[in-house]
Amino acid sequence: MAGADGDDSLYPIAVLIDELRNEDVQLRLNSIKKLSTIALALGVERTRTELLPFLTDTIYDEDEVLLALAEQLGNFTMLVGGPEYVHCLLPPLESLATVEETVVRDKAVESLRKISQEHSPVDLEVHFEPLVKRLASGDWFTSRTSACGLFSVCYPRVSSTVKAEIRQHFRTLCSDDTPMVRRAAASKLGEFAKVLELDYVKSDIISLFTALASDEQDSVRLLAVEACVSIATLLPQEDLETLVMPTLRQAAEDKSWRVRYMVADKFSELQKAVGPEITKNDLVPAFQNLLKDCEAEVRAAAANKVKEFCENLPEDSREQIIMTHILPCVKELVSDTNQHVKSALASVIMGLSTILGKDNTIEHLLPLFLAQLKDECPEVRLNIISNLDCVNEVIGIRQLSQSLLPAIVELAEDAKWRVRLAIIEYMPLLAGQLGVEFFDEKLNTLCMAWLIDHVYAIREAATCNLMKLVEKFGAEWAQNTIVPKVLGMANDPNYLHRMTTLFCINALSEACGQDITTKQMLPVVLKMSTDQVANVRFNVAKSLQKIGPVIDSSALQTEVKPVLEKLATDTDMDVKYFAQEAISVLVLA
Amino acid sequence: METTKLPPSSPSSPTTSFSVPSAEKVDGFPRRSMRRARQRRSHSSSQFRYQSSQVELTPLPLLKDAPVAELHDLFCKKLQQCCVLFDFLDCVADLKGKEIKRAALNELVESVATSRGVLIEPLYPEAIKMISVNIFRTLPPSENPEFDPEEDEPTLEASWPHLQLVYEFFLRFLESPDFQPSMAKRYVDQKFVLQLLELFDSEDPREREYLKTILHRVYGKLLGLRAYIRKQINNIFLRFIYETEHFNGVAELLEILGSIINGFALPLKAEHKQFLVRVLIPLHTAKSLSIFHAQLAYCVVQFMEKDATVTEYIIRGLLKYWPKTCTQKEVMFLGEIEEILDVIEPSQFIRVQEPLFRQIAACISSPHFQVAERALYFWNNEYILSLIEENCQVILPLVFATLYRVSKEHWNQTIVSLIYNVLKTFMEMNSKLFDDLTASYKVEKQKEMKRERERADLWRGLEEHQDRRMQMLTEAARNQRNLQERGERGDPPSPSSPQTAHSDQPEPKPSGASSSSGAGESAT
Repeated sequence: MAGADGDDSLYPIAVLIDELRNEDVQLRLNSIKKLSTIALALGVERTRTELLPFLTDTIYDEDEVLLALAEQLGNFTMLVGGPEYVHCLLPPLESLATVEETVVRDKAVESLRKISQEHSPVDLEVHFEPLVKRLASGDWFTSRTSACGLFSVCYPRVSSTVKAEIRQHFRTLCSDDTPMVRRAAASKLGEFAKVLELDYVKSDIISLFTALASDEQDSVRLLAVEACVSIATLLPQEDLETLVMPTLRQAAEDKSWRVRYMVADKFSELQKAVGPEITKNDLVPAFQNLLKDCEAEVRAAAANKVKEFCENLPEDSREQIIMTHILPCVKELVSDTNQHVKSALASVIMGLSTILGKDNTIEHLLPLFLAQLKDECPEVRLNIISNLDCVNEVIGIRQLSQSLLPAIVELAEDAKWRVRLAIIEYMPLLAGQLGVEFFDEKLNTLCMAWLIDHVYAIREAATCNLMKLVEKFGAEWAQNTIVPKVLGMANDPNYLHRMTTLFCINALSEACGQDITTKQMLPVVLKMSTDQVANVRFNVAKSLQKIGPVIDSSALQTEVKPVLEKLATDTDMDVKYFAQEAISVLVLA
Repeated sequence: METTKLPPSSPSSPTTSFSVPSAEKVDGFPRRSMRRARQRRSHSSSQFRYQSSQVELTPLPLLKDAPVAELHDLFCKKLQQCCVLFDFLDCVADLKGKEIKRAALNELVESVATSRGVLIEPLYPEAIKMISVNIFRTLPPSENPEFDPEEDEPTLEASWPHLQLVYEFFLRFLESPDFQPSMAKRYVDQKFVLQLLELFDSEDPREREYLKTILHRVYGKLLGLRAYIRKQINNIFLRFIYETEHFNGVAELLEILGSIINGFALPLKAEHKQFLVRVLIPLHTAKSLSIFHAQLAYCVVQFMEKDATVTEYIIRGLLKYWPKTCTQKEVMFLGEIEEILDVIEPSQFIRVQEPLFRQIAACISSPHFQVAERALYFWNNEYILSLIEENCQVILPLVFATLYRVSKEHWNQTIVSLIYNVLKTFMEMNSKLFDDLTASYKVEKQKEMKRERERADLWRGLEEHQDRRMQMLTEAARNQRNLQERGERGDPPSPSSPQTAHSDQPEPKPSGASSSSGAGESAT
């Protein structure tokens, strides 16, 4: 394989290294990103002996460059000659793992984790594990932080003496002086527990877990909550009560809201990890407390989990627990003082109806839905409306329709256009569930009113909404209910409304079919070609281009063509342009 | 809709929990009026399971009426009375109790400030306990997650009527001539200080102001805590820089540090230098730099004035973290550089002038006129001008091409005329060098373009080479696979077989212009 080891004569390392050293950061960055190309040109031998030492020595650069380097090195195994040489990559990555900037360090750790898999067990002990030890006992917190992420990847593949050392190092870092390191250790605790033998989980991890969970800094304590999930999953049921639960109970009542927030946020995972018995005895009261927490953040996080928590309750006592313990709290949340809490609840509360069944829903949940539909905060109402499908399956939407209507009307007229936009998006769904009669009677006026909203985005959404409605209810319905109204707007004194007619025609023509388009819409469009506002005229040209394919071909030749030809000689530049474009697209020239 | 879901963000920063209603978020232009509505709110500290005062407070006799023998006892009772906490969110709850506590606090403040001999040893634990119970609390989540200290009004602490008096008492206590550090240090310990430092994250500027003065006093009087305080401030800053980017009290802490640095003994300890290089300089990367930049620049300059040898670290550090996109920050950096240059020693200047003026040249060519203008103002500074003049031989070649080019193409007239002045100054400084550079400008330009072409050629060659190698490897892999398929199955492929090699190779890059004779091609 001649040349496989690089064309030495062609690419003197000096030239390549010059590129990596360029004064311009952008050029340096470009070169680093193509490091693999350089390595390939140099061949494996020189990459190992010249390029890597250079990279190791010059690690003082822009973080951006270092990040690219850290990433590249993770894919370098083959470029240094395969797994037997992979340890050559360790020195530069070791330096990168001690860098200040978190993203660089994290990337270096990621690459180290990746190439650790390519080490043979022997190399892992000879090269990799000493690196982890060096990092774990580094002076500055950055290297110790990085070390935390490397224990779990080498632990399973080393001898038992080395394993003992690794455990010792991890233990030391968990009680490190700097909170940054303790945070890193706490965040890797769960991962490390997973690779440990069960005995050590019980003897080592539990004590570390307990210590971290009562750290003086809440930023450490809250990370222990995450670890709690993994640890609880690893332990046999009978040990949970003594080893995990005291700490978990304490976390759920922590004086820092951040920790309680974390418990609420991880509640479903915790619930699955500890199993049904503990859930019944411990988590239910804990969950009740979180739902009643004094901090809105915590209540909102817990409210978000209501449905999931209820779903995962053991089946035999599910209904009883929900009815006696959870529902009273939920009722209170419906009138919470904080809108985020209410809207968190509104986004999941409808899900309870499938769990509780028809009768309970009608008796207990329906009043809550109705209350939330009347909430002062539009987001709460929107969240309820957007989840109507869950209730529809259980009790049918009719139960709600009387209250639904005022809620929809109010949202449709909300002062914030984003709210109006959101409700428009649910219209097709609502129309489907409420049926055509209800729609015609109650909602049709709203849909038409949006067409003359003063915000363009609303008019646009309203147009699109009409299209979806026609797709749902059919062309005949369109012809009877909406097409006349849309076409009527063509005579509106406001040119924006006249243009809306055109936009509607663009959207509806396909769904309405050739007949309606040619007979009813086309004449209106053609008539508008003499509009005094140029914007309307060029939109006529655009509309003709759009609906052209739907119109029957004789009308195209006899009616559309002359109009477009006339527009193509318009005084306005844009009108000319779009008319010509339409002519060429419709092949009328 | 997922809109209400709280972004848990990174677990280490749940401070950023509440999302603005989705409607507003997508909008991108939160309306002024709405923001105003949110302002001027106050919230109460997050006292978990608020122990509302079941204890009914009864007014005690006044301190000033107390006989001397009972004074200490009464003082102590009042301290205990002040340990009761009230709910200030409910502004009409227990008004009587609140008033009693307020009066008691007022009396305590006055007593500790004016009368001598009150502070006797048994009162220390009681006083510190009262302070701890009142001020130490988990700070509540921010009402406004996108709180911008420059734009928005901060959320104020609801219990301030009491809290202020407690802080006032603490301050008077520390400042009292009777104050005995040897007694206090048993109660004002590391744990106490750590909690005190956490309070600096308070959104209420009044609270941070008190904390600043108090911490300063603690630092001044309790010598045993100094190293610990510095270390914890380090940790707060590092967390701020690398983890959360959120901490309200950075400016206040820096202000304290400014005077601490002032008092450092010479030669500087390694610990202090490390603080400069690894904490203060990286603080410049923060998004919210503008809030504490003045204090930060002061600290940096303090360091230089203490020990000129740190100059190079500072300048190189600033250059490393030079803002890439934020022009507002760039202007701040330039301001700080000027402050530094104002006090730089000429011998230190020589060590950093090259990278420094390369950056200054880059600033001059910034399309943002404020950046260019700020950089050009350096030439109005006499001391800087004298440094430039002394090193004209080095500096002029670094900036000449930029000045020449920008003088011809900058859109802003002020910049153009400023540049003319600078060019004129240089011409007067060293007309010979100036003429040489003007003459060689075109030649240099062409050389640069040639280098550019060579670089493009080099990379094209490299990429073609890579493509060929990739092809070879793929072929080799195919052959190998064929061989293996034909051979017996028991033979495990060696780990370095080209088959694995192939899968680990980076994707072949599409070579830019595949024609022409790249260096690689002509050789084979």
